[in-house]
Amino acid sequence: MSPSTRRLIVNMGWLTLVILALWQGLYALIGDIALRSPLATLQFTAKFVTTPQFATHLAETSKAFVLALSIAMASGLAIGFVLGLKRFASDIFEPFLIAIYSVPKITLYPILLLVFGLGLSAKVAFGAIHGIVPIALFTLNAVRNVKPVLLKTARVMGLSSTTTIRTVIFPSALPEIFAGLRIGFSLTLIGTLLGEMFASQRGLGFLLMNAIGLHNVDVIVMLTFLLTGFAGIAGIVLLLINRRITAQA
Amino acid sequence: MTQPHIRLSDVEMTFSRPDGVGEDIHALGPIQLDLRHGEFFAVVGPSGCGKSTLLELMIGLTNPTKGTITFEGQPINGSCPDGIGVVFQEDASFAWLTVRDNIAFGLRRMALDRREQDERVEQALAMMGLVEFADVYPSQLSGGMRQRVCIARTLVTQPRLILLDEPFGALDQQTRLLMGDEILSLWRKTGATIFLITHALDEAAMLADRIGVMSSRPGQLIDIVETNWPKDRDSRIVENDAFGAVTARLWRSLRVESMKAIGKKDAQA
Ligand SMILES: Nc1ncnc2c1ncn2[C@@H]1O[C@H](COP(=O)(O)OP(=O)(O)O)[C@@H](O)[C@H]1O
Ligand SMILES: [Mg+2]
Repeated sequence: MSPSTRRLIVNMGWLTLVILALWQGLYALIGDIALRSPLATLQFTAKFVTTPQFATHLAETSKAFVLALSIAMASGLAIGFVLGLKRFASDIFEPFLIAIYSVPKITLYPILLLVFGLGLSAKVAFGAIHGIVPIALFTLNAVRNVKPVLLKTARVMGLSSTTTIRTVIFPSALPEIFAGLRIGFSLTLIGTLLGEMFASQRGLGFLLMNAIGLHNVDVIVMLTFLLTGFAGIAGIVLLLINRRITAQA
Repeated sequence: MTQPHIRLSDVEMTFSRPDGVGEDIHALGPIQLDLRHGEFFAVVGPSGCGKSTLLELMIGLTNPTKGTITFEGQPINGSCPDGIGVVFQEDASFAWLTVRDNIAFGLRRMALDRREQDERVEQALAMMGLVEFADVYPSQLSGGMRQRVCIARTLVTQPRLILLDEPFGALDQQTRLLMGDEILSLWRKTGATIFLITHALDEAAMLADRIGVMSSRPGQLIDIVETNWPKDRDSRIVENDAFGAVTARLWRSLRVESMKAIGKKDAQA
């Protein structure tokens, strides 16, 4: 383990302690009406995660998220590469993508519901549209910014265009593409959960919405805890991989 | 053999403006030039006179607007012939590959057995003084060392004509003299024809058999200087009186052109 990796993990440990302390402090202020203490949450979580009910919902969310992320990655990378390789096309479409990026996706939700109906496909679609645009934008820029001299080198070596994309453009653009994938990952997760909250009978998002309706504070705090923990850990892992890739560049 | 190694006849290059408005840029020519087999030819000229453009024409990256270029008797048309190796002005090392993998990159698609490939890579590492850096990534090297990686990457393909575009542009004077020695010994070992672009008159005077002097844009060859150095020369040639004479002649030809290049209109010979 490199010193910088160790430092990052130690820092995250401290950050976790600070968050736990703040949480405990907040609980002391608010009390049981809207919050649970860290300890109570851990106990409730430990009990709840072993129930078959939880397993079903978790499996549902995981399935939707994995599908949404695969779609977002595949289409985002494809759009980014196609546009990035053509300067003319990228000049036209980049402002368009940025505009889409800044549209609150929730405004598209009624349309998606009409098209896909309630259920898996709607939430997958909702997750994917959150992730596609940032992945496409980062990829587009990464591909467009590949140094011209590297492309000249590939041409002088007589590489075909597919070999050039595979062995020169892709590895050269990878650090920046990966940064896009990281952002795409968290936005797709948000999108998928939002999709479950508003249009689903299954999944962790639905569980959360249901708990809000029933004012079940135990479940609300537990789910917030679990989702934050997952997003945080995944974020750190992706950041570490990203650093490894960028260290060479 | 009387056939030149590479021949440029009436070569001219005009760029149209990217946005389509304004005058086209007449960057280069007309140029006539024959390189002999195995000679060391240097080109000097003020910046922006079209030296890099000339190099890109010689490797088929761009087609000339007028004229033809033939390499070993075959016209160059849109692609780089086998047998020509090039080192660009900008750093072209691959950041994601180790020094060794960078050097091997071009070899891997050649029909050579793996042992032969590995041998060539080790030779190139040794020749360019990179053995102890074989397993590091270019980001851990200085600019000069990265240029060496690019030179080694070209050498392994055993080119018969090597084009170098200001490969030592970023180095300090002392290091440049020593790199010059390395290029000379590389030239003797490989027997290749070398075409070196530089903006440093002393570098050209020290290294080359012949030096072409280019005018400011549109670049044309206004003088070709023969140095008559012995083949086993090295950087100590700068102590020689004849070295001063060559440099002086280069500067005489270039002074007016360089003044034009920095915008002095009333330049006089
Ligand atoms: N692709 C291009 N499009 C338009 N103009 C160019 C292009 N490449 C080079 N030029 C112009 O041609 C001239 C010569 O450039 P270059 O060959 O790079 O000069 P040098 O290498 O001698 O410094 C410059 O004025 C440059 O602006
Ligand atoms: Mg140049």
